Amino acid sequence: MALDGPTPLERFINGILPENPTYRQVLGMCPTLAVTNGMKEAMTMAGAVAFTLICANIVTSLIRGLLKPHLRILVFTLTIAAFVTVADRVLAAFMFEMSGKLGPYIPLIIVNCIIICRCEVCAAKQGVLAATADAVGQSIGFTLGLSSIAVVREIIGNGSLFGFTIIPEAYWPRWGIMLLPPGAFITLGLLMGGFNLLSARSAKKKKAAA
Amino acid sequence: MEILGDIILIAITSAIINNFVLHYFVGICPFIGVSRRVDMAFGMGSAVTFVMAIAALLSWTFTYFILQYDAPLTTWIMGLAGAGPVDLTILSYIIYIFVIAASVQLVEMYLRKFQLALYKSFGVYLPLITTNCAILFACLLILTKVTDPKTSWGILPSLTMSVFGGVGFTIAIVIMAGIREELDHCDIPKCLRGPGITLIVAGILAMAFLGFSGVDTNLQTVLGMGAKTVQAAEKPAEKPAEKPADKPADANQPVQTGK
Repeated sequence: MALDGPTPLERFINGILPENPTYRQVLGMCPTLAVTNGMKEAMTMAGAVAFTLICANIVTSLIRGLLKPHLRILVFTLTIAAFVTVADRVLAAFMFEMSGKLGPYIPLIIVNCIIICRCEVCAAKQGVLAATADAVGQSIGFTLGLSSIAVVREIIGNGSLFGFTIIPEAYWPRWGIMLLPPGAFITLGLLMGGFNLLSARSAKKKKAAA
Repeated sequence: MEILGDIILIAITSAIINNFVLHYFVGICPFIGVSRRVDMAFGMGSAVTFVMAIAALLSWTFTYFILQYDAPLTTWIMGLAGAGPVDLTILSYIIYIFVIAASVQLVEMYLRKFQLALYKSFGVYLPLITTNCAILFACLLILTKVTDPKTSWGILPSLTMSVFGGVGFTIAIVIMAGIREELDHCDIPKCLRGPGITLIVAGILAMAFLGFSGVDTNLQTVLGMGAKTVQAAEKPAEKPAEKPADKPADANQPVQTGK
């Protein structure tokens, strides 16, 4: 089991907020920006990433004794590529429309920095239990990050959530720009600022209490 | 003339209108991470362009001769075994990753042996490129264009697309680095420092680049490409922002007839 690294529970909790992949580590930005113009797309993407991350972490953790240092990145990427192919085919078979919408961003999970980073940081060093807990925690953190952006963009840009209209057009003129690339960048930038502000404030409170 | 017009169109489309960073969101990690100084950004941009061209050449070769349905080499081998044509595109992701890793490795070895000065200036960026989404994205774009019977790109459009995609990446990252050098002298709210302000600036840049959409339709008219082409391009131009991926597919239709 884990020799000196954090315990599985710590790994799990760390992934959700303290080491949130989107806001803290600023990793895996392509899907975060590209597929967050609607909640449905964001959730499908998060599911695909979670599947790949968990499978890749488990496999990497099982073969960690056999890894050669100079070849490990290649081994990680090939493991990930195999699972992404599975996810891509499953999506194309059961959710054809969604797979067309997500297009090239599903295969781009292969080079998503989060998964390679988790393989390198956690799975290559710790046992299966810790690696799985880490993968689940990171996936939840990633899902939170994606959905926070998608909620803002879909409500402001389209007045809807999961495709259902919640604010009629008469009350809220659609901000089309939020669904376009600039909206993605600006939303994420502002949310990141807000996240930093909140965490700085809570850190200050903790210090004052101590 | 027709082929030349197409090449110009593909070049401008991939470098400016559908900029890799600001339109497709690929290669964001280096865009945020390595855009602190202009010279570093330029080094990263040229390394990416370089590797992208080589990876595009290799991946086009693999896609055309081995992976696509009824590809010459696969059909020949299957013919030896007495079987019909097969579709190997399911293997494409794994093959592309291999191709990218191999070409990065090759470029690194070549530069270290023959161009030491250039190797030293690329330095740390070369190994980082293996996990740059922009390059895999270029390979995937080539895959869709080659396997789509409507476009069926040859080697020349594929190479142009990837080289100018790299140029577009360089343009975006150098502009960003220029802005960030100036931002150092500004009083930014503490919570926005670092990635936050970079993303907001990128959003404003993307807005500026949005102004280029529709340029390709006008260019087609200027280049005097037949009325048929303009008609084909008008359909996606009605909603240019929603489905940008369709645009080059329609705009480059005459490649097929030009051959």
